[in-house]
Amino acid sequence: MQQHIVIIGNGIAGITAARQIRKLSEHRITVVSSETDHFFSRTALMYVYMGHLRFEDTKPYEDWFWKKNRIELLRGFVKKVEPEQRRLLLEDGSTLCFDKLLIATGSRSNKFGWPGQDLAGVQGLYHYQDLESMERHSAGLRRAVIVGGGLIGIEMAEMLHSRHIPVTFLVREKNFWDGVLPLEEAQMINRHIRENGIDLRLETELKEILPDAQGKVRAVVTNKGETIECGFVGLTVGVSPNVAFLQDSGIETDRGVLVNEHLETNIPGIFAAGDCAQLRAPRPGRRPIEAVWYTGRMMGETAAYNLTGGDQSAVGSGQWAVGGERLAVGAGLVPYDPGIWFNSAKFFDMEYQVYGTILPNMPEHQSAVYWEHPEGRRSVRIAYQRQTGNVVGFNLMGVRYRHEVCEKWLRAGTHIEEVLQNLGIANFDPEFYRQYETEVIAQYNRQSGRNLRLKKRRGLAGALAFLRG
Amino acid sequence: MKENLLIKTMGFNMKIIQQTGLVLFIGALLIFLSVNGLDRYRLTPESLGLSNVHHQQAILDAARQSGMLGKTYASSFSFHSHLKKNIRAAQQTLKTTAQNGLPEGVNKGEYLLGDWIVKEYALQITRQSAAGPVASHPLLFLMLTFGLGILGGLLYILPQFSGTAGIKNNHIYHRSMTRGLKAGLRGIFLATTITGILIGGVAYMGGKWLWSLLALFVGGFILWRVFFTENPSTGCPARSASPEHTGWLGVLTGVLLIGFYILLYWAPQHITGWVRIVDPLSRALSGNPASHWFLYGTLYTVVVLVMGVRMMAKYRHNKYQLVRTGSVMFFQTAFAFLIPEILVRLNQPYYDFKNIWPLNYTFFFDYNLKTLTNSGGLGIFMLVWGIVLIVVGVPVITYFFGKRWYCSWVCGCGGLAETLGDPYRQLSDKSLRAWKYERWIIHAVLAFAVVMTALVLYTYFTGSRNVLFFNSDAVRNWYGFLIGSAFAGIVGTGFYPLMGNRVWCRFGCPLAAYLGLVQRFKSRFRITVNGGQCISCGNCSTYCEMGIDVRHYAQRGQDIVRSSCVGCGVCAAVCPRGVLRLENSSADVQERASDVRAIHIINGKVEL
Repeated sequence: MQQHIVIIGNGIAGITAARQIRKLSEHRITVVSSETDHFFSRTALMYVYMGHLRFEDTKPYEDWFWKKNRIELLRGFVKKVEPEQRRLLLEDGSTLCFDKLLIATGSRSNKFGWPGQDLAGVQGLYHYQDLESMERHSAGLRRAVIVGGGLIGIEMAEMLHSRHIPVTFLVREKNFWDGVLPLEEAQMINRHIRENGIDLRLETELKEILPDAQGKVRAVVTNKGETIECGFVGLTVGVSPNVAFLQDSGIETDRGVLVNEHLETNIPGIFAAGDCAQLRAPRPGRRPIEAVWYTGRMMGETAAYNLTGGDQSAVGSGQWAVGGERLAVGAGLVPYDPGIWFNSAKFFDMEYQVYGTILPNMPEHQSAVYWEHPEGRRSVRIAYQRQTGNVVGFNLMGVRYRHEVCEKWLRAGTHIEEVLQNLGIANFDPEFYRQYETEVIAQYNRQSGRNLRLKKRRGLAGALAFLRG
Repeated sequence: MKENLLIKTMGFNMKIIQQTGLVLFIGALLIFLSVNGLDRYRLTPESLGLSNVHHQQAILDAARQSGMLGKTYASSFSFHSHLKKNIRAAQQTLKTTAQNGLPEGVNKGEYLLGDWIVKEYALQITRQSAAGPVASHPLLFLMLTFGLGILGGLLYILPQFSGTAGIKNNHIYHRSMTRGLKAGLRGIFLATTITGILIGGVAYMGGKWLWSLLALFVGGFILWRVFFTENPSTGCPARSASPEHTGWLGVLTGVLLIGFYILLYWAPQHITGWVRIVDPLSRALSGNPASHWFLYGTLYTVVVLVMGVRMMAKYRHNKYQLVRTGSVMFFQTAFAFLIPEILVRLNQPYYDFKNIWPLNYTFFFDYNLKTLTNSGGLGIFMLVWGIVLIVVGVPVITYFFGKRWYCSWVCGCGGLAETLGDPYRQLSDKSLRAWKYERWIIHAVLAFAVVMTALVLYTYFTGSRNVLFFNSDAVRNWYGFLIGSAFAGIVGTGFYPLMGNRVWCRFGCPLAAYLGLVQRFKSRFRITVNGGQCISCGNCSTYCEMGIDVRHYAQRGQDIVRSSCVGCGVCAAVCPRGVLRLENSSADVQERASDVRAIHIINGKVEL
């Protein structure tokens, strides 16, 4: 029987779910968003500001795609969810009935109660509207201050830098993003930020934002007592689930919408996915809320299976929106399995990839081989268990490794020495690029007294042979 | 703070250098544009200088009678039109004389002045009759135009990329030069150009409407197929190709380029100044005076070299781009420019060893076959080499490396697109609709090239010009006009700032179509997607000069196997997450293009 599945939010989680539901079923699908008419890549907003892309280019699908796939798009702001009546109340007074609901409303930028945090010219960067506001405040801007040393902070710094606007970057920690990155990598990025002319202030916190006569930001005061004149403040101190509208709806929330392993909330037929979802019981080593693109996509896919009835076999496992057609739609529900952690980013001109678990401070029971290029712009870190030698994570700066190959090694807990000797097959750098695997092995040999040699060099054939073997 | 100050002062100096460069370049451009108007034209017995004494005498007589001889003309326009009248008069006189009986011992063929020579003479004599600052100081003007232009260009270009190495696409969509034009205006440009070409085609084919009508019919059929019957948009518009505001500087550049090609192809008599300034270079290389084709070759090579340096500065962190750009610069300079000129100096046929039929559509023309077969061992080698490239070279090398070995490493058109065209690569239309147009048009051109060549060869071997309803000479001329000149030149290069830098390669090049078929169905080449790392940002699609929606494949983890991909590697370079890699492997040739990628991971197992 055809049901009406309503999805709140047209970000990566909501849209992946919608696409997947359409692949699996003939249910009626409506996606509600107050942000934009069409799905766009949130991570690409910075490129629009920098003039690399038009906004149009950030849309992964052409506008006809939705009609062709019978995915209805509704522009509107959901004010309230009424689970009992199975309906949504929209801000314009209209209602929308559903049989099943997916909440995929994403995040909102954090503000921690600083004086002046709501002044004009103070903002985060998450929504399309943030981009518009940033554009408005950029004209004639003489200096900007960015608060918070994370991914969005450095993106904002790069954006403003592209317009030759001087940036002061306040980072509370000792080094950029050192809550995630090990010291060497964090310091590498410190250097790279400064090399780009950004005024990076480590171990510096925001105390207060001062207004001018028009109620616009005039300056910030740091915890070191310094006043920095600026016309714009970027608050990039993380994001939290965008769930305020669910208050009193009966849907349980904590920081985010609480969901079980099937991404279902306390109310049957209502699911949540993406940034806004908070797992009641995350897998070992994983956080209850993981606000990244990739988990949003995997959750969207899992939610689609469960919204349409589910299947016996597990999906997820680090798989990305593929293979959907292979699974017959059955009765059981599918648990969300994010697989082995991976992520990537780019800090100005420096690429970063991580596969598996790399902790900022290496625990006692682990060891790592860390190689850094003498120019200090590339590095490879492979962490492994001290006792067994099993690899646990890859951290790469300025070098690209193959996702599938690393994942297979991590899943199998392959011994570090076997990984090192075959390291060439993981290399994903473009043709003609220098390969540094022998240097990585030399580093390992130095620290372990072993005498390993590289057996396999870069190449698709080798990688395929390994993955098929 | 000290560091900040240093960067600021450096930035300031860079700005001054850039502005100086810009002023120099614009100055050189203005001088270049005015060079054709600086000289005066005066016909004298010396400037006439024909080796055929009968023609020389007859034209001289006609000119004397009409009062043209010794008269100074301010422009090539008035001079050339008078001259042409006089040559026609001379042609008539010679014809009448011949009818009344040829002088003793004179060959009739030598005596009469053929129709096709009229144009040739008019061009040659106009060029020789120029007198003035450019004609007397070609080297000075060479320095003022090419010299200053190169210097200014480099001064402007290089500081742009002086920061840390990496992707430098800032403000491409903010700049008037590179952001493109509104789709509506683009449509007007395209429609006007096509109309102009078809009307010009009527004149070119001697007043016959048939050919233009045929082209219009085929074009109309494709438009109807794509727009009305295959339209995927089900009422919704395709992805918009419009920027927020039209970039008028880009439009102006497009107009200049189109104007240049019109003059080059159909009015070379009015660019005598340009030809004159490269004359010393031509004499040094081949020993012959420069022709407008030599001017074109020189300009082309200089542009590829200067913009190649720009490409290298921009991608100096990317070795694939460095090697590839070096390759196109080398092949343009050595193979397309120097070697053919040196061959001429050595009394050998003019031959570009890397130019392959059907891009090189004149390869099987009778005059070329005659030249090659009459030029001894080297000529025969050239003929065999050309055929081996078509039959063996293209399929075999494409099997191993994909069509990139030619399109973005060797080809001259590709060389220009990858250097001069690089700032415009984002303007290619990414919509599914554009892809549908592409497939129809490029394969239609391939079919046209094959049929045309077959007719020409039929005529070559049988001597018969009429095949079915067609005259092979007319088909050949029409191909040369419509595809060889109008499509490849006017639209192909003139539309860089309007529709991206690969309009010709994507929609028109018959060799690209041939290479593409091999690449799509039998090649080890593909672009691999790195697991699930794609964030759908759209940089790859945006900077794909062939208009491939790379992201469509990347975000679903599917390897990219597309006939049009020229393997420039820019998608992999601009990807902020390192998701794409150009690769060759025979391990899975048959599965490259499968819908669900060859490898993916389900339940912890790698499945195939």
